Order: sequence, then structure tokens, then C-alpha cells
Amino acid sequence: MARRALVTAALSLLLAGASAAGATPAFKAGTFDPPRLAPDFSLPGSDGHELRLDRFRGKVVLLAFGYSSCTEVCPVTLATFAAARRKLGAAAADVQVVYVTVDPQRDVPERLKKFLGSFDKTFIGGTGTEAQLAAVRKEYGVTAKRIPYGDSYTYSHSSFTYLIDRGGRIRALMPYGHSPDDYVNDLTILLGE
Amino acid sequence: MRARSLVLAVVSGSALALLAWSALAPVESASRAQIFEIPHGTWARRMSGDKVDILPDHIRLTLGIRDILVLRNHDAVPQIFGPTLMMPGQSLRLPFEQAAVYTFSCTAHASGQMIISVQPYPGTPWAKIGWRAHELGWRLRLLSAHIWYRYRF
Repeated sequence: MARRALVTAALSLLLAGASAAGATPAFKAGTFDPPRLAPDFSLPGSDGHELRLDRFRGKVVLLAFGYSSCTEVCPVTLATFAAARRKLGAAAADVQVVYVTVDPQRDVPERLKKFLGSFDKTFIGGTGTEAQLAAVRKEYGVTAKRIPYGDSYTYSHSSFTYLIDRGGRIRALMPYGHSPDDYVNDLTILLGE
Repeated sequence: MRARSLVLAVVSGSALALLAWSALAPVESASRAQIFEIPHGTWARRMSGDKVDILPDHIRLTLGIRDILVLRNHDAVPQIFGPTLMMPGQSLRLPFEQAAVYTFSCTAHASGQMIISVQPYPGTPWAKIGWRAHELGWRLRLLSAHIWYRYRF
């Protein structure tokens, strides 16, 4: 509790300093006005527990959709999250990455745990049935299209990341390709609130 | 003969002055935001079979001049823009800092897709001329679309 208060105070000081210097902290991500409550879901989590967003109320959540066999977008996005958390230092304890698969056939909880753990042990993945995951995607407007590839398949999927504040509201949407520093910028704003 | 030469000289001089201004004058914009609004009733009109093209399928932004996309949903139902669902009355302000081509799926558009092309800042004289020519063409297209919409509805 005391550690969290210290982290919040440090972030507030950082933001206050920026404001005093005339630089209003601005999001690098797209921002919603007014923000809406992030639709919750209940999925089998890679940590062995039920994955629900309300588990992380009080933390800032980075919510992304993808699949562990993705060779282009997902590894870059997850490596960026991991780098941003490292840069945040102690404040990263209040940042939770939630990664929901679009490929339930291959992404069972154990596989997700191993895949996400290779980036950061704290990342939690969610899987489920095709119907469950399609319902979650619909709530967030996420697209995922299965594309046959030889004897296997790939997915074309949305590559944005949602930034959800401590109160569980979708505050921002970060397009693919932003740097860890951009995430640190936006997470610092949300953590300081 | 002398009058004709004079007219020719004035026209040529004006064209050269315009070209010089286009190439050298700083490129700037009163607002960095490119605003698009989904009008109330868009969904209902589409559901009734009306072909609705409120949003262009290709949006061009330029870094440092107009590089913030603002989309406002004035419709009575949620609309998808990019990967996200926008509630009635909600707006999305999306800044761009990297020149690239971004593709979004978008139910607010009749084709279901929107491409956002973010161009680098026109730093060279040729790039400034190109940007101004495109801007003029875009504004003329916008004007003709506005006139068409006004007479159509």
C-alpha cells in the first residue's frame, strides 16, 4: 500500500513537473471522449485462473488481441509491452498486460503461458471457445479472419491495443507500431491519475 | 501586338509568382485535426438500402500540418471505426506521428474499409507544390460532394 502511494506520488510529481514546464501531458494513442466502461468477459486464463478484467481494477490494463503463432504483429507488440514495463520500473507493478487469443484451436492456456512468459512472466492470456472469443471481439469491435496457409492457417487480426484505466474505462487505443517510449508516456499519464 | 505581349507577360509573371509562392511559402494549417462526423441516421439509411458514403474511403493526412484524425459518432447506434466500437455521442481523437499507410475496417463506410495515408511533412519546394495541388484537388472534390449531397437530399 505504501509502495503504491510512493509510486503514485512519484508519477504525480513527474506529471506536475511536465505541466509546470508548459508541456501538457498528451496521449500518443487515440483517445475516447467520453470514455466507456470496458466490456468484461470471463475466459480461461493462462495463469490457471478465470480471466476477468475486474480482477485488475485499480491497475492500468493493456488489452491486445492476437495469437501465439503470429510471426509479424504479436511478437513486436508483446516485446514493446515488455520493454515499456521495464522502463517504468517499480510503477510497472500497476500495469497488467492482457492478451486474448483469436486462435483457440492452438492457443490452449499452457501454450499461451509459455508464449507470453517468453516476453514477460506477468502477462496473462485468455482463451476459450470460438463462440466465447467471437463474442469478446464483437464487444470491442476487433476483427480476426482465418486465412488458410498450406496445410495450416494464419490470422489477419486487429493490431491495436486498448489502454484501460484504473477504473476499468477504455481511455485510449494505441495503433500498432508505436515505441515503448510512447507506451511509457501514456501509461505514466494513466498511472498518475 | 504590344497589348498581347503585355497580357502574356502579366499571365506568365503571375504564374511564376504563384509557382514560387507554392514552392517557398511555409505550409501550415489553422488546425491539425481532420474531422469526420457520422451523421445521425446513417445506420437507418443504410438499413433502408440507401448507399451511404459519408466517410471517404481514403483519408490523407500530413505530418506537422494535419495529422490528427477526429471521428465523431452522431448516430443513434454504436459504429465501428478501426477495431473499436464507438458509442453514440462518442468521439475518437487519433494522432499520427509516423508516415505510413494504415488500413481500418469501418462499418460507417459503405465499402467497409478505410485507408489512412499519412504523408511526411512537405519540406522541399517540390513537395510543397505537390501538397498544395493535392489540397486544392481535395477541396474541390469536397465542394462537389457537398453540392451533390445538397441537391440529392
